[in-house]
Amino acid sequence: MAVRRPYVRPMAGWWRRNPFYIFYMLREATSVFVALYALQLLYGLYTLAVGEAAFDAWLVSLRHPLFLVFHGVALAAALLHAFTWFNVAPKAMPVLYLGSHRVADRTLVWAQYLIFAVISVAILGVVLGG
Amino acid sequence: MATHDEIEIEVLRYHPETDSEPSYRTYRVPFAHETSVLQGLQYIKDRLDGSLTFRWSCRMAICGSCGMMINGVPNLTCSAFLREYHPGKLRIEPLAHLPIERDLAVDQTDFLEKLASIQPYIIPAESKAVDEGPFTQTPAQRERFYQYSECINCLLCYAACPQYGLDSGFLGPAALALLHRYNSDSRDVGKADRMPIVNAQEGVWACTLVGYCSEVCPKGVDPASAVNRNKVISTLDYFFRFMAPRGASE
Ligand code: SF4
Ligand code: FES
Repeated sequence: MAVRRPYVRPMAGWWRRNPFYIFYMLREATSVFVALYALQLLYGLYTLAVGEAAFDAWLVSLRHPLFLVFHGVALAAALLHAFTWFNVAPKAMPVLYLGSHRVADRTLVWAQYLIFAVISVAILGVVLGG
Repeated sequence: MATHDEIEIEVLRYHPETDSEPSYRTYRVPFAHETSVLQGLQYIKDRLDGSLTFRWSCRMAICGSCGMMINGVPNLTCSAFLREYHPGKLRIEPLAHLPIERDLAVDQTDFLEKLASIQPYIIPAESKAVDEGPFTQTPAQRERFYQYSECINCLLCYAACPQYGLDSGFLGPAALALLHRYNSDSRDVGKADRMPIVNAQEGVWACTLVGYCSEVCPKGVDPASAVNRNKVISTLDYFFRFMAPRGASE
């Protein structure tokens, strides 16, 4: 009679085992920077409610080199966040058909960049034009 | 076979009656251009160590028996070739995240039970006798699920999924892809039965979209898309149950 003693391998450090997992962890980590940036922006709104002096002080504090570095990192994180999300979005949405043809995942990914570009230009137009 | 080179294959061995834990053993295997990794293992079993245990059957990437980790990547050993790894070496381990039964053979019980739980067969509105003919559907209706029906139950996607490795309560990629396959079939009316499985914590919501399952799937099933499309379906299901009395929307 054969002995059965199934061996379960440990999972400790699993995310270091494969470059794919490391990139996944990096993707998840970007959310921390996006959240910190949002908090900082919220704080700016709060100073706006407090008064002009507080708002101006906040604007000055944003020029601090540490903040500039943080903004650089947050921008990079937000871009990676967007890039990875655009890539997986076709997996999360219902399959689209044009007539009887299924719209390819690649087309959906590029469509998001197109929408992103159009909205960005529109916002830039409002900001610079206003 | 016209042998022209040798390659080193490191194999994770585990015999439950003598070993307290798995350990590696190294073999030197001659190979030709067309020698698959599976044939390399067969060489070891036939010529070097007859006690090596592993599963295989079709040798043509369709039975789904021969999945293993090759240098940390889940793969079908019958459709990977030794030449691809030369002049480096190979480290072959049983599929990750699954209990090791013996050497390279894993315990598949958990998956098989999960597969049975999703009712992986068409549940028709009314059953018909065979002589009444088949349930028909249009090519467009077939297109809705075909990709998900290509699954060969090889479990590479479970070996790719860290969420399953961390908590094997998760139904996992292939079982959810097959659940979606039947729910998307125009001849099937079993969706209401299967939705509680989708909605459960162990259903689609245990997935964090690592996405590696779809990367390693040898059949283009894209289980990550089945799981994540069902997050939308699960949310709508919850919403409609909330809005309408039970049964009213069916
Ligand atoms: S979904 Fe793909 S990787 Fe997973 S068991 Fe099926 S064929 Fe294998
Ligand atoms: S032996 Fe059948 S899939 Fe490899």
